[in-house]
Amino acid sequence: MAKQFGIIFGCLAIGELLALIPGLNIPGSIWGMLVLTLLLERKIVNPKTVAPVCKFLISNMAFFFIPPGVALMLYFDLIAKEWLPITVATIVSIIVVLLITGHLHQYLHKCFRHRKK
Amino acid sequence: MNIIEHLSSPMALITITFLVYWGSGWLQKKSGQTWMSPMLLTIAFLIAFLKITGISFEKYYESGSLIEFWLKPAIVALGLPLFNELKHIRSQFLTLFITEVVGCLVGIITVVLVAKWLGAAPDVIASLAPKSVSTPIAIEISRQIGGIPALTSAIVVVVGMIGSALGLKMMAWGHVNHAVSQSLSMGTAAHVMGTNRISIISDRYGAYATLGLILNGILTAFFAGPLMEMLM
Repeated sequence: MAKQFGIIFGCLAIGELLALIPGLNIPGSIWGMLVLTLLLERKIVNPKTVAPVCKFLISNMAFFFIPPGVALMLYFDLIAKEWLPITVATIVSIIVVLLITGHLHQYLHKCFRHRKK
Repeated sequence: MNIIEHLSSPMALITITFLVYWGSGWLQKKSGQTWMSPMLLTIAFLIAFLKITGISFEKYYESGSLIEFWLKPAIVALGLPLFNELKHIRSQFLTLFITEVVGCLVGIITVVLVAKWLGAAPDVIASLAPKSVSTPIAIEISRQIGGIPALTSAIVVVVGMIGSALGLKMMAWGHVNHAVSQSLSMGTAAHVMGTNRISIISDRYGAYATLGLILNGILTAFFAGPLMEMLM
């Protein structure tokens, strides 16, 4: 347990340091995730070592963001005022992303296949 | 001596959060409705609870911050599935990577431009920009680019609900027929909730959706800041 959490928080600590790099607005936690991937890839960390803690953290992720969700109660006025742009922009964007990502991947996948044959 | 004073102690509020979440999970299983996410029900219940008892959000957050603390290590933990996916799909990496970069850019640009066109306030637009990625990642990005993390988390949940409920229908209607493309799109557009919807169909496709979700998370973190500056 101690070793696993040591690795996870170690990656996070390195990540928070990397987040200080000016010009790149990347959260420390994202850097931490990349650091962990790199350590696994370079075989410095064995996947089996961290698997139990990773599984625990990932499967309970939804629980951890309840407090920031509850903070929504502070912004009811803002939502009442801005609901139209929020709703329209969200729906338009979902449709466009689904269709463009889907079609582009279908297209690239086909090109790649033809080239192989 | 009153009951509300006891309820507002940090340990009592943490206990309530755990119990409500547990009860919500039970309710979802009982009803068989996947859209009734325990997280969503718990948030709704806690907001109602705090409003009724008059306990302030600041008071709740004394215990809430102890729970939120675990978000960051949980994001780091995503490095393990990312590593597992990389192993399986290295040969297709370029195709997947190009698709994800475009999907990510299109997702941010459309939502920012439409919101701006409809006259949304700058902090609302910044809250919308990371809407397609998983909540923990989106919250961090939103905070970084001047959005309102709580508003972002609500939008992300709505995006996930719409995506998982209607995504496959939308793609069938738009002639996206290839199963891998569909999976990737669902992960890209509707994060964990879209991925869950795909994983019901098959584990292999679920892996592609996971990849879409993780890659889009990383790419959005890279692009959201600079794109916001360009578009605003």
